[in-house]
Amino acid sequence: MRKIAPLAGATALAICFAVSAQAETFRWARGQDATTLDPHAQNSGQNFGVLHQIYEPLVHRDQESKIVPALATSWSITSDKNVWEFKLRPNVKFHNGNAFTADDVIFSINRAKGETSDLRGLLTSVVNVTKVDDLTVRMTTEGPNPLLVNNLTNLFMMDKEWAEANNVVKAQDFKNKEENFAVRNTNGTGPYALVTREADVRTVMRANPNYWGKGQFPLKVTEIVYTPITAAGTRIAALLSGELDFVQDMPVQDITRVSQTSGLRVNLGLENRSIFLGLNAGDADIKWDDVQGKNPLGDKRVRKAMEMAINREAIKTVVMAGQSIPSGTLVPPTVHGYTKDLDAIPTWDINAAKALMTQAGYPNGFGITLHCPNNRYVNDEKICQAVVGFLGQIGVKVNLAARPMAQHSPEIQKDEVDFWLLGWGVPTYDAEYVLSFLYHSREGSRGGWNATRVKNKDMDDKIKSLTAEVDFKKRDATIAEVLKWAKDEALYIPLHNQTLAWGMKNRFNVRVQDENQLFVKYIN
Amino acid sequence: MIAFLIRRIAQAVLVMLVVGFVAFSMFRFVGDPVSIMVGQEATAADRAAMAERLGIDRPFPVQFARFVGNALNGDFGISYRVGRPVMDLIQERLPATLELALCAAMFALVFGIGAGVYTALHRDGALSHAAMTLSLIGVSLPTFLIGIGLIFLFSVELNWLPSFGRGQVVDVGGWKSGFLTQSGLRSLVLPTITLGLFQMTLIMRLVRSEMLEVLRTDYIKFARARGLHDRAIHYGHALKNTLIPVITLMGIRLGSLVAFAIITETVFQWPGVGFLFVASVQAVDVPMMASYLVLVAAFFVVVNLVVDLAYYRVDPRLRTDHATARS
Amino acid sequence: MTETSAAPAPVRTRPSLRERIAAAWDSDIAYSFRHSPVTIVAAVIVLLLLFGAIFGPWIAPQNPFDPGSLNLMEGKTAPLTPNMFTGKTFLLGTDDQGRDVFSTILYGSRVSLFVGFAAVAFSMVLGVTLGLIAGYRGGWLDSVIMRTADIQLTFESLLVALMIFGFTRTLIPPGSQNELAVPVLILAIGLAEWPQYARTVRGVTMVERNKEYVQAARVIGLHPAIIMMRHVLPNVLGPVLVIATLGLALAIIAEATLSFLGVGVPPTQPSLGTLIRVGQEYIVSGEWWILLFPAVTLLALALAVNLLGDWLRDVLNPKLR
Repeated sequence: MRKIAPLAGATALAICFAVSAQAETFRWARGQDATTLDPHAQNSGQNFGVLHQIYEPLVHRDQESKIVPALATSWSITSDKNVWEFKLRPNVKFHNGNAFTADDVIFSINRAKGETSDLRGLLTSVVNVTKVDDLTVRMTTEGPNPLLVNNLTNLFMMDKEWAEANNVVKAQDFKNKEENFAVRNTNGTGPYALVTREADVRTVMRANPNYWGKGQFPLKVTEIVYTPITAAGTRIAALLSGELDFVQDMPVQDITRVSQTSGLRVNLGLENRSIFLGLNAGDADIKWDDVQGKNPLGDKRVRKAMEMAINREAIKTVVMAGQSIPSGTLVPPTVHGYTKDLDAIPTWDINAAKALMTQAGYPNGFGITLHCPNNRYVNDEKICQAVVGFLGQIGVKVNLAARPMAQHSPEIQKDEVDFWLLGWGVPTYDAEYVLSFLYHSREGSRGGWNATRVKNKDMDDKIKSLTAEVDFKKRDATIAEVLKWAKDEALYIPLHNQTLAWGMKNRFNVRVQDENQLFVKYIN
Repeated sequence: MIAFLIRRIAQAVLVMLVVGFVAFSMFRFVGDPVSIMVGQEATAADRAAMAERLGIDRPFPVQFARFVGNALNGDFGISYRVGRPVMDLIQERLPATLELALCAAMFALVFGIGAGVYTALHRDGALSHAAMTLSLIGVSLPTFLIGIGLIFLFSVELNWLPSFGRGQVVDVGGWKSGFLTQSGLRSLVLPTITLGLFQMTLIMRLVRSEMLEVLRTDYIKFARARGLHDRAIHYGHALKNTLIPVITLMGIRLGSLVAFAIITETVFQWPGVGFLFVASVQAVDVPMMASYLVLVAAFFVVVNLVVDLAYYRVDPRLRTDHATARS
Repeated sequence: MTETSAAPAPVRTRPSLRERIAAAWDSDIAYSFRHSPVTIVAAVIVLLLLFGAIFGPWIAPQNPFDPGSLNLMEGKTAPLTPNMFTGKTFLLGTDDQGRDVFSTILYGSRVSLFVGFAAVAFSMVLGVTLGLIAGYRGGWLDSVIMRTADIQLTFESLLVALMIFGFTRTLIPPGSQNELAVPVLILAIGLAEWPQYARTVRGVTMVERNKEYVQAARVIGLHPAIIMMRHVLPNVLGPVLVIATLGLALAIIAEATLSFLGVGVPPTQPSLGTLIRVGQEYIVSGEWWILLFPAVTLLALALAVNLLGDWLRDVLNPKLR
């Protein structure tokens, strides 16, 4: 069934041909590198950006955000409502020449469900995966899950044999700083194969000569050079001077300059992502404040006051140069479960906020440390700085600790922060994803990014029920109920949904995708 | 000669031991290496295993000896930040830094000596005055401002030269070189100027003042009296004598080129060890910091040793009077 | 950093130095100053910036270190142009957080100068003390001190400062890192610079120690500390002053550099280096004032202090002129 081709020579030869045919290099820069290439190690859009060129899921969302077949050609719910059946694409080969079969799917899903995987939260409802034949698999869910496919768009398929040979059967344990072979080596089925990987410097990918999608997709680009450039000014200088073709993380202040430069253009679009502050409301006493023996964030009035003190319009106008939509909920408008009422933006009212602080027993405020990433979201550090200013007006003295996302995210996952900024995209386009990761308390595969330390059994049960609820009316009502509770409790302070600005050469006119994902294979 | 050599080498070894000790103490006493390595959720057994692996359960001198032994074998442990062996990371990044430092040193030497000689011989020329004023500005300008200014002018406004990175590199037996491609060479220009400018101004000022001093000495006066050509005097006698302090200076400055490469690399996103080091300091990556310290020390010590030997060859007086050798 | 050592160490062990300094000090300095317009301009710039830094809180229209007092809506206002929303005008414009650039420069140079002076003072006290002890006592103490200095001198001081900074950071609880950023900077830069002073002072001390008046003082039983303070110290003041002035420029640049690298003071309490780091992001977007004014201030400050130092060196060491 499985043949190991004399691949090295063959691939090299094929790559040479591909290049000589008509080479087109696509020089792509972002503000930060993918933290790992292990496909299941981190649930991060940043990493998926690179991975989507190399690996493929069963289904994915294309440049228009529509779900389209990738490694599965069709899928349907079987007569048993708890079972989905996927027909796999025939004649697909991994980059090393191995054939892609049902065994690989079963292996990959189980790997992604494993203890060390960061994606297991997406597969909570999946009980098991079974093989029907080489090109058919069935997934059994815990109760009917009509939305299962939505959760699979970033679940990449790995080669079982390769993983076993290289001892990467388990996903890399990222938060505990583990390293494995898959971190820097890949073997996907995708349109591009990894050529060189220098973390933080550059990653080069070349067209996969045996790609199944040849003839179906433009595949004009033959080589991708992916470069992280941390300094925003340098990134734009490089685009302006023609050293880059595409800058995905455009600093908002440079939009005008770039779009006025001949040969360059900027495409804008709302990202399916909410930017917000998280609060440790659950612990009795917290580490990062200057109040002894109690937790000021445990008081709802304090959280409400902090929420009210922030002027989202000012952040939009000045910090974001207009490129954001202030929000009152963590569910972006593109996502199922969003309602206008819940998105009502908390009124900015310093006096009311001060009054609440006094009521709560903090007339002179308190001191606290805000942990903030400084290279992940649009102007993340500046947003935090602005928050420091706003909270200063109600006496909350904020000590700002900004650091790269690679250090920031594990600390959220390990409950080591009390007040933090985070952004959350919704690849499933369904509110359940937000609730399960951010509101459900830490339990098994749920609550992985919830550092609020709040446990509400009732709400946890409601969130759990969402995966198996087939009555959409009832499901929507539950979502609304949980979101209402969330808004009322103010465990998170929503700030805005960010607008994306992609800067590029006119030649590559790519539409901004809601998930901030670029699929190079579609570029023509 | 041999006694001198042995003494210098003994001194170099001593320096390395001291630096190694500092690096070791850093690694051993800063933070809790065990919990950093195994993570918070580790069990007591995991911790004990890691303590044994790190050798922390042994007596202190044994630990240090082990550290030195490992270091000599090129094993500096695992980076906290990226979870890979420190040595691998450094090896990947080293060629970028060395190529940049080499170019900057050449740039500084050629232009520094040229300008220094010129300003010494034409003391009151307008060009000399301009050069001297510029050199003072050069000394006062922080390196990162020079870099930003150059990027703004040559990359953004004029679009002449690349603003970041190394361009295309070619792998020559494991050494990734930017010298062999056009984009690699073009990428070198701005960082080289940024890094070399400060050293250039120093060399220029030093050459100028040394030249002036030498030109005032008796033997030059005699040479003139003997009717030697200006040209022969200036380049044959004066410049040659000037070069001794220049060699010393360059020796010391090679070290600072490596240090200032940190800034240049940050401004230009140059993928060298300096860029890596800044990320490590920001992330408090102790093994990375400690091994960078040891490596840079080794580099400095070797350069100093070479300079001393060169000095010894160039200056005949030293061969009779060892005591005045620069320490 | 080691720039001063790079210059052909002017004043180390020449016997006639003391007379020269004394003579220069009495008459030449004032004369030379009057006749050097560049020096006068440099001195005026330094004084102006010092004045601005010291009296900043009274001159500045706003306190940029108090985030609660800022109005974000006033952000990115161009110099002398009324803000769109509040109509307020700012002399040098505002940055992306609505901070008045003029005020941030005053407060920023305050941080920069404070760190600079404190670091110089720290390294001077340390270096002079160790130099005096090494030179006066000699023997093994001298060897230990001077070998340490030698080892440290082989390293670029920026590197030493970065190391010490990184090292200290690991020892400080993360919550107080922002508050302790300034002391840590002073410590790091100060510790990196002491060998310069120690070397010079030791050289002079060794010469003075064997002079008759010191011998005499020793014979009448004066405490070595008093001999050093009264008789040896005055002789080293000239060269130390030169090193200190040039060292000040270096310390200011070192602070700016560390802050630029993102390991110095936090962005909520910016120094000139932090301001430049922030401003760099606007290098292509048209908000030039956020970068330009702090950069010019830093350049003017460093240049003026360097000019003063150069002049001082020439005056105190006429041979080099």
